[in-house]
Amino acid sequence: MKREPRLVEVRQNILKRNDIVAREMRQRFRESGVEVISLVSSPGSGKTAFLERTLAELNPGHRAGALVGDLATENDARRLARSGARVEQINTGTVCHLDAEMVRKALEGWNVAELEFLFIENVGNLVCPAAYDLGEDLRVVMMSVTEGEDKPLKYPTIFNGADLAVITKADLARAAEFDWDAAIANINAVRPGMPVLRVSAKTGEGFAEWLKTVLELRGRERSGE
Amino acid sequence: MHELSIAMSIAEVAEEESARRGVRVIAVRVKAGALSGVVAGALVPAYEMAVAGTPLENSRLVVEEAPVVVFCPGCNEERTCESPVYLCCPVCGAPTPEIRQGRELEVTALEVEEQ
Repeated sequence: MKREPRLVEVRQNILKRNDIVAREMRQRFRESGVEVISLVSSPGSGKTAFLERTLAELNPGHRAGALVGDLATENDARRLARSGARVEQINTGTVCHLDAEMVRKALEGWNVAELEFLFIENVGNLVCPAAYDLGEDLRVVMMSVTEGEDKPLKYPTIFNGADLAVITKADLARAAEFDWDAAIANINAVRPGMPVLRVSAKTGEGFAEWLKTVLELRGRERSGE
Repeated sequence: MHELSIAMSIAEVAEEESARRGVRVIAVRVKAGALSGVVAGALVPAYEMAVAGTPLENSRLVVEEAPVVVFCPGCNEERTCESPVYLCCPVCGAPTPEIRQGRELEVTALEVEEQ
């Protein structure tokens, strides 16, 4: 006689393991007094140039380090290390995103309490990183003016999960006929109320405001918000 | 394409549960929110790959897609958004940053039989 299948309720978060590690990392970052900022964008939108300038402006006055994720090569880590910051490359192999465990492993041997800021540059990808909490305090989603104003509408999940949007390569906006108002409206459609910064890592436009945002994270933590 | 990673996590949850309960899994039911970043169409073949050669081989993956539900401050009501792209109230048009449902990615239930 064939046995009847039955239904058992489970209700388990599929990313539970990642979320547990992310929670532990967040706790560790908090106890160490380091603010963690992650950057997500598609490949080629200028994450590394943005980070390069950010690290150069913050160091040595503010101790900032970085983890950079790529499928392969150490190129970005070498580039970023020129700022004097401690930088570690995470090679994901074929994996299209960073997860909390990769961050934990990459930080083995680091004394994160020596840092004020840790930046995590995710693998260039606007889809997969959205699902993985890395324990960061601020998630920055980036798009460049050459990518088109409708990027947020095409990738709503990643824009929705971010805390701040940064539009890069502002120096090319005129040549690309970039419509700022349309881009900002699209970001607001997907994530109502998210602040938007426009920057150029080449000219330095927008960096004063960006660095102010970064430095304010520390103030916010201390006041216990 | 992180569906394979997700599928492997689903298989892990299902295997743990089936071992704990001493049952054989016939199907795994998953709820994927419209903002979970997972596409049902890609998840099913990824799951088949993930479970090949494991005790879950031949089990089915059933994906229930959950729409985005927001709280509208204007109407003071929960509303369901047609798409995850425009997060505004479908009734009054107000922007709705508060998401009540749509990010979840969970195994909700298993169809099992006794071993």
